[in-house]
Amino acid sequence: MAFNFTAFTYIVALIGDAFLIFFAIFHVIAFDELKTDYKNPIDQCNSLNPLVLPEYLLHIFLNLLFLFCGEWFSLCINIPIIAYHIWRYKNRPVMSGPGLYDPTTVLKTDTLARNMREGWIKLAVYLISFFYYIYGMVYSLIST
Amino acid sequence: MSAYNTNYAPPLVNGNQAGLLNGQPPTQHQQQLLLLQQQQQQQQQQQQQQQIQQKPVQFAATQPMQYATSALPQLNSNVMNKYMPPPLNNAAAANLRPPTLNGPTTAAPAAINGSNGAFSANSSRTASPGLLRVAAAAAAPPPPALNLSNKPQYAGLHPQQAPPPPPQKPMQQPQQQPTQPMQQSHQQPKQQSHQQPMQSANPLGNLSNNMQNLNLSQSNSPAMTPGGPIVSSPLSRKDFRGVAAGLAGPTAQLDNTGANTLLSSSGLAPTMQNTMAVPFGNVVPNNARPATVFGAGGPQPKMADKSQPSQRPKVMYGVPPAGIATTPNWEQNNNAPTVMQPPPPPPMSQPTSFPPTSPVSAAQMPPPPQTSYAPTSQASASQAQLPPFGPPPTTAPPQHQARQYPYTQGYPAQAQPPPPLQQQQQQQQQQQQHAQKQQQQLPPPGMFGTQQQPSSAPLQYQAQNAPLNVAQQGFSRLWGQDTIDLMQNRHILTPATLPPPKIVLHNQFHESINCNPSIMRCTLAKIPESNSLLQKSRLPLGIVIHPFRDINSLPVIQCVNIVRCRLCRTYINPFVYFVDSKMWKCNLCYRVNELPEDFQFDPATKTYGDVTRRPEVRSSTIEFIAPSEYMLRPPQPAMYLFLFDVSIIAQQSGYLDAACAVLNRHLDEMPGDARTQVGFICYDSYVHFYSMAEGLNQPHEMTLLDIDDPFLPRPDSLLVNLKECKELVKDLLKQLPKRFAHTHDPGSALGSALQVAFKLMQSSGGRITVFQSCLPNKGPGALEPREDPNNRSSKDVAHLNPATDFYKRFALECSGYQVAVDLFLMNQQYSDMATISGISKHSGGCIHHFPLYQRTKPHMVDNFKQCFKRYLTRKIGFEAVMRIRCTRGLQVHTFHGNFFVRSTDLLSLPNVNPDAGYGMQISYEESLTDVKTICFQAALLYTNSEGERRIRVHTICLPVTASLPEVMHAADTEAIIGLLSKMAVDRSITSNLSDARDAFINATIDVFNAFKIAQNLPSGQSGQLIAARSLALLPLYILALLKHPAFRVGTSTRLDDRVFAMDSMKTLPLDQLMKYIYPELYKIDVLVYHARNANVSTTQDDDDDDDEPLPEVPRLQLSAEHLDSRSIFLMDCGSLIMLYVGLNVPADVLDKLFGISSTAELADYVYGLPNVVSAESDVLKRFILRLNYDKPDTSTAKGQFIERLTDDRSESSLSYYEFLQHIRSQVK
Repeated sequence: MAFNFTAFTYIVALIGDAFLIFFAIFHVIAFDELKTDYKNPIDQCNSLNPLVLPEYLLHIFLNLLFLFCGEWFSLCINIPIIAYHIWRYKNRPVMSGPGLYDPTTVLKTDTLARNMREGWIKLAVYLISFFYYIYGMVYSLIST
Repeated sequence: MSAYNTNYAPPLVNGNQAGLLNGQPPTQHQQQLLLLQQQQQQQQQQQQQQQIQQKPVQFAATQPMQYATSALPQLNSNVMNKYMPPPLNNAAAANLRPPTLNGPTTAAPAAINGSNGAFSANSSRTASPGLLRVAAAAAAPPPPALNLSNKPQYAGLHPQQAPPPPPQKPMQQPQQQPTQPMQQSHQQPKQQSHQQPMQSANPLGNLSNNMQNLNLSQSNSPAMTPGGPIVSSPLSRKDFRGVAAGLAGPTAQLDNTGANTLLSSSGLAPTMQNTMAVPFGNVVPNNARPATVFGAGGPQPKMADKSQPSQRPKVMYGVPPAGIATTPNWEQNNNAPTVMQPPPPPPMSQPTSFPPTSPVSAAQMPPPPQTSYAPTSQASASQAQLPPFGPPPTTAPPQHQARQYPYTQGYPAQAQPPPPLQQQQQQQQQQQQHAQKQQQQLPPPGMFGTQQQPSSAPLQYQAQNAPLNVAQQGFSRLWGQDTIDLMQNRHILTPATLPPPKIVLHNQFHESINCNPSIMRCTLAKIPESNSLLQKSRLPLGIVIHPFRDINSLPVIQCVNIVRCRLCRTYINPFVYFVDSKMWKCNLCYRVNELPEDFQFDPATKTYGDVTRRPEVRSSTIEFIAPSEYMLRPPQPAMYLFLFDVSIIAQQSGYLDAACAVLNRHLDEMPGDARTQVGFICYDSYVHFYSMAEGLNQPHEMTLLDIDDPFLPRPDSLLVNLKECKELVKDLLKQLPKRFAHTHDPGSALGSALQVAFKLMQSSGGRITVFQSCLPNKGPGALEPREDPNNRSSKDVAHLNPATDFYKRFALECSGYQVAVDLFLMNQQYSDMATISGISKHSGGCIHHFPLYQRTKPHMVDNFKQCFKRYLTRKIGFEAVMRIRCTRGLQVHTFHGNFFVRSTDLLSLPNVNPDAGYGMQISYEESLTDVKTICFQAALLYTNSEGERRIRVHTICLPVTASLPEVMHAADTEAIIGLLSKMAVDRSITSNLSDARDAFINATIDVFNAFKIAQNLPSGQSGQLIAARSLALLPLYILALLKHPAFRVGTSTRLDDRVFAMDSMKTLPLDQLMKYIYPELYKIDVLVYHARNANVSTTQDDDDDDDEPLPEVPRLQLSAEHLDSRSIFLMDCGSLIMLYVGLNVPADVLDKLFGISSTAELADYVYGLPNVVSAESDVLKRFILRLNYDKPDTSTAKGQFIERLTDDRSESSLSYYEFLQHIRSQVK
């Protein structure tokens, strides 16, 4: 039973993952509001866009920690998500500010559906990884 | 006109030949027809009942002829009037009629609907989700088979790279695909020389290979083939003369007898032979030809004089004897060069009547009258045997005639002896007999080898493999469910295919009048009941809408409370269900609502009673004057702000003069009330403001130097009240052009100017009009040139996306404050339309493009002035929103047009103008199995220029069906094309251009596949391409789209032009879009003839058809085969009308029409019509007026004209026929 770097990493990951879950929930809610006409797409995009990069950076930061402490399995399950984030951001519409969402196209049914799906999937992934991080934390705490 | 002599001589030749073709068959046909009629009448006058029943059918049969043979129009039109089932015009008119005009529950609407119901079950238009899905398919191939097929298809598209497979096949395996006209035409020569095709095929193998190119071209215009130039025309438009000469050379030396053999042994055979052999063998052509020249449309009936065939030409011309004298003269002159040609046969009264070819080619190429003859001779089995048709072609060697097929296939419609009015059955029998006989008599190996039969039945029916009996055919035709074999009917543009399908509703709404198709159309006139059914049809589902269209009689009502559904906010409309006198059931969400008391009051009669008399319930297009609940703020006044680019490039183009002049002249006509305000800003590297404050006696200029942080130099008097300061404004407009006439500032700070303009307009909203002439290169929003001029014809078009989102963000900001930005781009060089147009695209503005605008080009100046005048004076709606509601189960999937989508069904339109169209793709949320009808309602809420808040509501109601064939037959091709083009624009922007092009082709193939499945047609390569009549024009239009500047590749297209074309696809209303995609081509000889015959000094001022209707002018397909050097053609491209004056148009016609004595007096480009007072020119003008153009701008630029002949082949694209073959090969 020891509090080593690995355990610290998992604790940080737990906290970070909680934030990611909030991001995902917010994402889902925002698009649901769009779908049901509650919000103006310009406003909605203005509130969503600033959150995109922080989410990605936080996620990458957690994975850097995994990398440093050699938690390869945790890293592996996150790499696809990182790749997706990078791909997504590279293919974003032409815009000057940070962010992904373009108010002129965000209301297209296809885009809307895709964003909704992405939100739900991310939420699920983050939730699962949250429990895995708990397991990892406990495991690292009691293993040594 | 004359100018293109040198450049375009060959096409002219084509024209001649084409004319021959066109002209001759018709006359002969008519003769035949008449003769047949006589015969039959004599033989069988018994069954009058049958006759009556068959009339519609017969009409159908005659129809195809109309376009194929331009000489028949009047006859056809007569027939049409008598027999055509759906009185289209009437119906349309009825729809247009404001409901209030009809008596309370008059019989009128009932009758109209009844007729609709009776005659065309499928009137609805349909659209289907095709593109998206297809596109997706292309990306990730869905049906493996399809995918595989895609590759070859591509190759087919670029014949240069790899010779298109379809034409090759026929050559090598002639017997297998006998049905295809072109192949046959090639094979004929062989057949002649070596009676047996099989044997001949091998020895000629090499030759055939050589001929592939030629074949291609022929396939383009099989009908035209006989003439050498024609053959070459599609192939080498640029190098026309060379080809023509080359071909002609050998021909000239050949004599008639030797021609066939010699030619057949050479690769050129088919073409050559045509030119030589027939022209002189056949007397008939000569006679008939004159008819084509002027008689084209109407004269037929008069000509019908069978007794005097030789005189016909004269009659045809409609020229009094004197006129006749003139014609021969010029003909003779032209003929002079053709010395070596054998003298025309005696019966021909006018040996010289050969179409005078253009001087260049006249000597080289004897006009191939044979072409004209070929179709008839071969026309059909029956014809060959009928002794008494037309002027007996005694001189022509019989064998020769029999085998002159080249055109028959091309002109299938002609080929078929139009069944005389009576007793089709009997005639069919006759024909079959004839056919059999003929088969026995002539073994036409290549032709009929594997062919089912020389089809004697009218072409439409031919398509259906199983011979239906006449009654069935008649009914299916009546209900719009007949099919067409596109491979057989190359001339498909018949009136029957043009009108949108009618919407037929169930009994409940039988009397309700649907929204006018010009305002709102659905791509499917019957909605499939489920998404899976829609997927099976492979058609896109959507609506195209022109909500703010100028309407003549629009019911406007003002009421205290507007009746709307409480749940979904639908406006009450003709398709709601009244539970009782107090309740109504919403037709979109099915909620039962209460009716307010005052709804039973009929404002028209001022009585209480029947709710169905209310205008809301009687008209599906209605306008409400909105009460104050519909205003977020007091209605804004009309506000107009003009931004002028005054950089050096702008000054060089000199647009400012024209713009200011037009503005000055039409200042008073701009819509607006007493509160109307205007302002002006100029910008180069700096921004110049003009203050017109009270008390000033001339405008003051203020220049803003800090363009990176723009601010308003003063808070007021930059926008001034137009009424109060009119003098100052006019003064300013006079001074502006001079003020900047000598600037040399290369900068253009568009971004800063827009920002200050926005600050100026922010408080009120309104319209900003931007004139931009170069790339904005200063301050915020500066851009870099992106286009590589060397890459303009490459396959991958880059930079369709904006370079920066500055302009888009600006537009969104504007949209939030009800400011719309309209863009006039008059660029001299690349100006990055893709980026700049963002300011209009997302703010509900409009875009106008005048590439290479120069003050020295009078036509451009005129064009711009007209356009700008229309822009200034047309109606305008401010602070508008449009909401699209649809019946539960459907939802709007994607919107197309210029606007900002504020929520899933709400469009924000800071400005709405009458020239803006929109499109919506519809998708399914749930299945519609338990509903009988579905509705779409578009409600446009806007402030008019008088500061009144109004709501314009359009409702369309469509039946739901569970049958796949019904869906396919109810497709509305035009709406589908409209929607597909919009989807393709999206696709080329999000993906790339070649994807969009593939998607077009795949969509077409899928539709035909689906139709095959729907009709249970045998799969496999049958040599046929069966299409529903409703979808018959799909390949034609798709091909035109593929060759449109927006989507073409391989042709040099400036990026700005392409982007503008794409934007037009998105925003043009459907009727204009169709002309933009597929211009209307008319041969206006009919009008000339009409004017001469009528001899009525028509009054200038009536452009309605009240007193003297204009004759029906048939539309021609866009192929050079229809061109003719002795006729005048009019092409209507929407924003441009072009007149093509043949080189050999008789002088008197020229004189009457244009006031000139010969074509030599016409410059290459002539703009505007001269004012000549004569009946002919008056008729022409009225015709143009009827075409309804605000910009009658005529030019004779052949290049532009030819470029729009999209049926033809060009260096990098397929001809219509090749395209059809490609589609057919892809359809499993």
